[in-house]
Amino acid sequence: MRVLRILLEKEFRQIFRNPAILRLMFMMPTVQLIVMPLAADYEVKNVNICVVDYDRSVYARDLVTKITATDYFSLVDYGDSYPKALEYLEHDEADLVLQIPANFEKDLLREDKATLFMSLNAINGVKANLGGAYLRNIIGDFNNEIRQEWIQIPRFNPMPQIEINSTNWYNPLMNYRFFMVPGILVILVTMVGAFLSALNIVKEKEIGTIEQINVTPIRKHEFILGKLIPFWVLGLMILTIGLIISWIAYGIVPAGSLLTIYSFAGVYLLAVLGMGLLVSTFANTQQQAMLLSFFLMMIFILLGGLYTSIDSMPRWAQVFTWFNPVSYFIEVMRMVVLKGSTLYDIREHLGIVLLMGIVLNGFAVYNYRKRS
Amino acid sequence: MSAEKVISVKELTKRFGDFTAVDNITFDVKQGEIFGFLGANGAGKTTAMRMLCGLSFPTSGEASVAGFDLYKNADAIKRNIGYMSQKFSLYEDLTVRENIRFYGGIYGLTDREIKEKSDEMLTQLKLGEQVNSLVKSLPLGWRQKMSFSVAMLHSPKIVFLDEPTGGVDPITRREFWTLIYEAASRGTTVFVTTHYMDEAEYCDRVSIMVDGRVDALGSPTELKEQFSAKDMGGVFLQLARKATRSDG
Repeated sequence: MRVLRILLEKEFRQIFRNPAILRLMFMMPTVQLIVMPLAADYEVKNVNICVVDYDRSVYARDLVTKITATDYFSLVDYGDSYPKALEYLEHDEADLVLQIPANFEKDLLREDKATLFMSLNAINGVKANLGGAYLRNIIGDFNNEIRQEWIQIPRFNPMPQIEINSTNWYNPLMNYRFFMVPGILVILVTMVGAFLSALNIVKEKEIGTIEQINVTPIRKHEFILGKLIPFWVLGLMILTIGLIISWIAYGIVPAGSLLTIYSFAGVYLLAVLGMGLLVSTFANTQQQAMLLSFFLMMIFILLGGLYTSIDSMPRWAQVFTWFNPVSYFIEVMRMVVLKGSTLYDIREHLGIVLLMGIVLNGFAVYNYRKRS
Repeated sequence: MSAEKVISVKELTKRFGDFTAVDNITFDVKQGEIFGFLGANGAGKTTAMRMLCGLSFPTSGEASVAGFDLYKNADAIKRNIGYMSQKFSLYEDLTVRENIRFYGGIYGLTDREIKEKSDEMLTQLKLGEQVNSLVKSLPLGWRQKMSFSVAMLHSPKIVFLDEPTGGVDPITRREFWTLIYEAASRGTTVFVTTHYMDEAEYCDRVSIMVDGRVDALGSPTELKEQFSAKDMGGVFLQLARKATRSDG
């Protein structure tokens, strides 16, 4: 125990003597939590649209007015040449071309049916997709409006209509930030845990102090605990700072208990630190450790369900996420923060992440050699 | 001087793939001796020393250090040896006092022992005023002397020094050897590698490694007679020129 205390004392002294780490500890959560949710937004705005109007009728103009009245579209050109509109598309100035054919109004009035044509610039897939969907919605609305105009309050509605009313549970206003901020918190804790722990041990390899430690009768587990505990504490500190920032900046107060969050985070950090430790047993220089951690982090974060929903991933990627600790923590954070889930509700997540922690740390301890 | 052997090495070999870094070496070191371990760069000195310190597994051969078997009792060996590596291995971002506390602590010294040892050491090194300054602010000579004293903190039976005076000025080198003599006079066995031939003359016995083998072993006087050289430099050059291995 005394040896462990001595190790911890030294580790904390070094951490708190390093201004870069301290600055990073405060800067990272602040910048990531304040900038990212504001900038990285799922909602697509400013879709550039080109309208080619071969009809020039009242209805056509009404439709265009309706489209441009929303925030989502900005009109690049309103012309009568499809090739010219395509040029805008080719120069990336337009994301979408809507073509209103000649006789649009006439067909609508006479045959109760008219066709519109939409061309999408699919280079930016998300924008094209969502832009197209918005446009379809607007046209659908427009369609309903004219229908109502024509029907003129009949006694019996000849066309039965089903109207859908929906309520958003757990995030009533569908506030995108409530969804993103808990996820970003997870990324923060993960990065700090994985990078700092890996770099710290490899740094001792680089400067040669690890050899001086290996020549002492120190036990493997003492050394490893001495390295894990400081970063475990640091990780929880980052989480605390992050929770405070998300409360002040976004008014997000976890619906569930803080105890649940911290319990899970404590176990989760064990797994992440184990991964950092494992990286450090393979890497000989800080550069190698950095690249290796970065590689792993990229995969874990991109397939962690923060930016893209896991449910819509292909099957093999979904299987991969079972082994991705990040995806469990993101899910747990969302469950606890938004829905107020309890420890009992997240018991499966907790068990799996605990198992990961045991496996990763076990492997790291096995792979850490005092003797080559 | 008692003839008790504290290091006993028999046919010790270390191979890295096809490369035989240490080739079948055999020697003994007696208690209280200053044993010089000489050889050109890449001759295998550091590898041999690392095996004796339990930092590296031998490929074959036998060895016992401080009475313990190298294979079975590496932990017991570690409690009884001190090691000062070629690389500077104190924490530069800790103060002198913090380094002493750290290394003393992981050898299991109590707070009182650490205090006594560090007071003794600081007076000996005249480092009293620098006790609270960061190690990185100390000049190289002092750092090396401090590394040595830290390696001696837990009063080991044997201390291994890997080129302790590399890059150090002549005055500090002299002071460093005074520390080595003091340690030896208290009964500590000193196992030291060096490139300085004048330092080789200070040793009780010297071995010279060439291409992973021990090609000469004996007191400086014996070796000079054997190779009819007027100083250790002459002995060393005769042997080292035979080396076929390039600088490593």
